[in-house]
Amino acid sequence: MGGWAIAVHGGAGVDPNLPTHRQEEAKQLLARCLNLGISALRSSLSAIDVVELVVRELETDPLFNSGRGSALTENGTVEMEASIMDGPKRRCGAVSGISTVKNPVSLARLVMEKSPHSYLAFSGAEEFARKQGVEMVDNEYFITKDNKGMLKLAKEANSIVFDYRIPILGTCSAGAGAIESALQMNGLPIIIYAPETVGCVVVDSQGRCAAATSTGGLMNKMMGRIGDSPLIGAGTYACDLCGVSCTGEGEAIIRGTLAREVAAVMEYKGLGLQDAVDFVVKERLDEGKAGIIAVSNKGEVACGFNTTGMFRGCASEDGYMEVGIWDQD
Amino acid sequence: MAHERFRGWASRLALGLLSKPNTPKQQKQVTFEASTLETLKPAIYTTLTETKTQNTPGVYSLTFREMGWAIALHGGAGDIPITLPRERREPREAALRHCLEIGVSALKAKRSPLDVVELVVRELENNPHFNAGRGSVLTNKGTVEMEACIMDGNTKKCGAVSGLSTVVNTISLARLVMEKTPHIYLGFDGAEAFAREQGVETIDENHFITPENVERLNQAKEANRVQIDFTQPIQKDPPEKAPFENGDSQIGTVGCVAVDSEGNLATATSTGGLVNKMVGRIGDTPVIGAGTYANSLCAVSATGRGEAIIRATVARDVAALMEYKGLSLQEAAAYVVEECVPKGNVGLVAVSAAGEVTMPFNTTGMFRACATEDGYSEIGIWPSSMHT
Repeated sequence: MGGWAIAVHGGAGVDPNLPTHRQEEAKQLLARCLNLGISALRSSLSAIDVVELVVRELETDPLFNSGRGSALTENGTVEMEASIMDGPKRRCGAVSGISTVKNPVSLARLVMEKSPHSYLAFSGAEEFARKQGVEMVDNEYFITKDNKGMLKLAKEANSIVFDYRIPILGTCSAGAGAIESALQMNGLPIIIYAPETVGCVVVDSQGRCAAATSTGGLMNKMMGRIGDSPLIGAGTYACDLCGVSCTGEGEAIIRGTLAREVAAVMEYKGLGLQDAVDFVVKERLDEGKAGIIAVSNKGEVACGFNTTGMFRGCASEDGYMEVGIWDQD
Repeated sequence: MAHERFRGWASRLALGLLSKPNTPKQQKQVTFEASTLETLKPAIYTTLTETKTQNTPGVYSLTFREMGWAIALHGGAGDIPITLPRERREPREAALRHCLEIGVSALKAKRSPLDVVELVVRELENNPHFNAGRGSVLTNKGTVEMEACIMDGNTKKCGAVSGLSTVVNTISLARLVMEKTPHIYLGFDGAEAFAREQGVETIDENHFITPENVERLNQAKEANRVQIDFTQPIQKDPPEKAPFENGDSQIGTVGCVAVDSEGNLATATSTGGLVNKMVGRIGDTPVIGAGTYANSLCAVSATGRGEAIIRATVARDVAALMEYKGLSLQEAAAYVVEECVPKGNVGLVAVSAAGEVTMPFNTTGMFRACATEDGYSEIGIWPSSMHT
């Protein structure tokens, strides 16, 4: 029986040409969030408190695609989503279509604890947020200059985050042709795709697991689009055995019920945590691209991805700590 | 020789292409390698036993299932009192029978299971006696917010919608999201805008609001009986077990699963949600793996208390138990309903690639119907069903 363990991610699918200073910035943020979580675990905060705390921090920093720094919809607005799940009783909360709540993950937790439901969205979720008195900000707060530029690029490339496995009429254009050989994520050239979902999984020293995921979704997404992050079993899942947070191509993650799958192969096939993560990345994604972080109730931590790189960090009570982006890190 | 022949079957079985083994329900003795065994879909055979011989690879006995089409549909599970008045029971039974007939005819006409489940769920949505489309229950503000989800088994392509208030057939919009957008799931204003862009039939919200549901909402508000999941800590009193005085269940959803004789599977679920739900509430129905799921082994549509179904990932778990533990459809569905969800919270309908059908529930009742190619048919509400 191990002690605590924690993993964080800032998305999977990284531009291999990302400038070194940007890579360093990302690693520093991951390390800072990891340390925040470690201190909280050392002060005996419960797993569910720690995942919320860490994801709040990731949301508040504009670097990754959640909270401030969220990707923009086709209309240039922000529609954020988040979910949180507590392993011991499998209680969960999720929100979608959030445009003025500073920390969507905390609203997801309030849905779990203060509403009779598991999932609230759009105006109903915003109304609930106001009633609960959470911190609200203007939609402009979330919109960064960088992301406005990214949206413009995405529109010019006419690569409207189309899942490239699904043929859509009219996706081929001269603009798209120019970048067809480039690395893509969600049909977007990876230099435009850059912004990423965030997530955290934790097992505390009492063996309780929890998971939380938060995102602004896809750049140039349709209004109203819901991705994998708020979907229990897809982007986020926790039970007695493990806590899991996924990131990558939302549609592939939903089809593969990816987060639940890690737990299911542990529960029904008897696989260990890392084997479960590897199996799911290899067998359950079809041709999709994604990354997973996971912890087990034994204090193990695991990570897996089939993308070019994943912003990630993990640590465990025995002193192991790692922050990385690429395969070899 | 037998080995080669078997490899042929195995690959066709694995692909779901073997519609009718020449000698169904008959024991076959064949020799093959363990790696071939891995490619077999457990849903295709009833028993697979290794016969020990002195030679490797082993000799296995296979009993194939006879495959044929099958269909099952539901109109919601919940506290349906056995005293449900005849005038409330009969129209629903008639509707179940009518929808079943529509589905059976479509399967006989070789329509794809995806078409069949959409067709049947449209019909259920149009029927005001069920909580989906017209007849949807109301939010705490007296409005309608419908949601639906559809999924194709072999491709695992899927589409979902939430927060709809003017689309006549939400299930068809879910299919359009699947087929005409790069996304899987659209909600609220964005979904409404997409509906208009696609030119689907829309109508004033009042079309969906029936006098019965206005009354139901009033009763729920008077009783302050917000549909609270009793596992949530804020609940002060245990949930009222007694349903409304008019004898109807407070919860309900409609759904349909179908498999054709080629083993192609599809599922569809549609709902108005919970009586007196908060505006913006999303339930299990549109969540892939919770209320709705299909893959190449089985198709599942669940109904009941959404919050319980979401956390238990009910629909995916039926498939996962078949895939990872080798359980049969019946065993997997029974396990999920009995072991994974608290009593009184869930019912589901499911079909397997081999044409089996199962409809378990742990609530008082579930409006349900099913039929298979070999002539079996059932329409029921409570545990003791009547066979037709």
